[in-house]
Amino acid sequence: MGDNNKKSLGFASRIQWGSIITPIIGILLGLLVGAIFIWSQGVNPFVAYYYLLEGSILSWASLSGSLVKTVPLALTGLAVLFSYKSEIFNVGAEGQLYLGAIGATIIGINFPGLPMVLHIGLAIAFAGILGAAFAFIPGYLKAYKGINEIVVTMLMNYVALYFLSMIVQGPLKEPDSFFPRSLPMVPSATLPKMFGSHLHVGVLLVIALAVFLAWFFKRTTTGFKMVAAGYNPNALHYAGVNVKYLLTKVMVVSGFIAGTAGAIEIMGVHGRLIENFSVGIGYDAIAVALLANLNPIGTLLSAFFFGALKTGANSMQISTGIPVSFVYMVQAMVILFVVASNEMPRIIKIINKRRLVKKNG
Amino acid sequence: MGELASVIFTAEFLGNSLRFATPLILAAMGGVVNERTGVLNLGIDGMMLIGAFAAFAGSYFTGNPWMGVLIAVISCMLLGLLHAFTTITLVMNQVVVAVAINTFSMGLASSLLRTLFGTSTNALRSPGFSEIGWPQALKDLPFFGPVFFQQTIFVYIAILSVPVIWWVFYKTTWGLKIRAVGEYPKAAETMGVNVAKVRYLALLFAGAMGGLSGAALSITGLNTFIDNMTAGRGFIAFACIIFGRFHPLGAGLGALMFGLAQGLQLRIQTVGIPVAYQIPIMFPYILTLVLLVVMGSGAVPAAWGVPYYPDEE
Repeated sequence: MGDNNKKSLGFASRIQWGSIITPIIGILLGLLVGAIFIWSQGVNPFVAYYYLLEGSILSWASLSGSLVKTVPLALTGLAVLFSYKSEIFNVGAEGQLYLGAIGATIIGINFPGLPMVLHIGLAIAFAGILGAAFAFIPGYLKAYKGINEIVVTMLMNYVALYFLSMIVQGPLKEPDSFFPRSLPMVPSATLPKMFGSHLHVGVLLVIALAVFLAWFFKRTTTGFKMVAAGYNPNALHYAGVNVKYLLTKVMVVSGFIAGTAGAIEIMGVHGRLIENFSVGIGYDAIAVALLANLNPIGTLLSAFFFGALKTGANSMQISTGIPVSFVYMVQAMVILFVVASNEMPRIIKIINKRRLVKKNG
Repeated sequence: MGELASVIFTAEFLGNSLRFATPLILAAMGGVVNERTGVLNLGIDGMMLIGAFAAFAGSYFTGNPWMGVLIAVISCMLLGLLHAFTTITLVMNQVVVAVAINTFSMGLASSLLRTLFGTSTNALRSPGFSEIGWPQALKDLPFFGPVFFQQTIFVYIAILSVPVIWWVFYKTTWGLKIRAVGEYPKAAETMGVNVAKVRYLALLFAGAMGGLSGAALSITGLNTFIDNMTAGRGFIAFACIIFGRFHPLGAGLGALMFGLAQGLQLRIQTVGIPVAYQIPIMFPYILTLVLLVVMGSGAVPAAWGVPYYPDEE
């Protein structure tokens, strides 16, 4: 496998138990680093982590809060995962999510009187289409012009950010409102809540999508082709597959999923378009997908981990004074440790090789 | 139209734009060096953020802004070292590491801000840099005075860094090594260049420049630190490098353009021109994209983002 050496991303295929153990070890190491920070602030880490747990999962109120935060992370995580399976790095989920939010708002504040299912379906579909159209550009440029998709999506995120800001302060601004925000969605376009909490039905949609994708990548030819396109595009090309077309499609679908994430966040949580509703969800999604080792079901779990961490950190701050932003350090450490441990077998091989080379002169 | 231009393009506007461009130029000059060695460094924003915080905290606690700069530079070099160790020695994915570095920096700066300075909403001020004490005659020069002679030292360091990096790139052996490592590491290694060492040093340098850039943000003017102070400027610096096609002069020009866009945005808001102020800020991104499409990515170093394994066949 000479090709293997060139791939730093090729950790999609690993033995099953490893893909469960490594994230857990990564999370524990991340929490350990976090504990050191907490301890350095003169707070008992066990006490702090107890409050974190209490504020994130130990009551229905906190658990449902964590789940609400999980939904957009999981959806964008699935979007990132979808493209990453073909080794396309969609750093643009953030921008596609903005476009989706704008799309959903346009549908959601108009057409009162539509049946709810139709209205919500329309809003999500339009959001997805805008996200997909936005992702088509980097996808096409990557596949047909060989332009780095990371660079293009990164630049486009900023275009989307300022476009959203312009829309929400301009055409979609609520008349006479002091705040830059849109009109509220009409009731038939807001996602119903469940179990008397803030938890909206978007969570069911995410679970369904994750299960579908798990099946898709395991059992369908297209799913297999996608993974193969990332692993060895040349072989696939000789097998008669139009790899460029496939890669563009991959990016479009990824953008569609990210777009729906924007729609669901707006329709399920905020009820109207506001600036800064995302706070970097699309970037966190990269961490979510990586922690899950690109496993769709795992993505649900890792999104829940990040969602719970964020929710719990609020109560931890109130009780112990440890700032919420500390979870970003834990998050970063988890990414580093998980990716490092996923790469460990290869790293050890490389280091041994280097030693041998040195010995033999 | 001419009237409109005379309202916008004032000496004050140009002076401000140069001030906005300064952190971008500094970060981009560090970035262009590591990108040319083949390391895709998206972690510039995290470095700038830590630089801004360290400069503020260092200046606050020592009472000396120069100590702040020193602490910022050292902190950011440590981040550069982390980037280098993980991507070069451990050969981890460069984008993933950058994501981690940016996330970590945001968490660390924000957490330390709260634990070191308390949660008071009153912005704390540290000692900072003020304008260079040019002779009054220079300061009072029409047009040139406000643009060039009412600036802090960072502006001059930034302007100077562009030709210096250009000179290093194209007139010294070091520059040759940097470019060779980014284009064809295998060949460079054969010629006796230590690829890993060049990349390590490039990332350390990028860190140092990121530290300067962060200091230019936090301790010239407001002399305070706020959460997420860089507001994505590290990514703008990255865009400048792309815009400038990995050439120091091009990247410097890109930074100037982004600075002008920011100045324009401010001007539109203060003068009350009926144009969405977001348009001038969006423009440089779109222009960079268009340039990428029109000119292709031919200028991208061939080994950009590709990890190097020294002993592979």
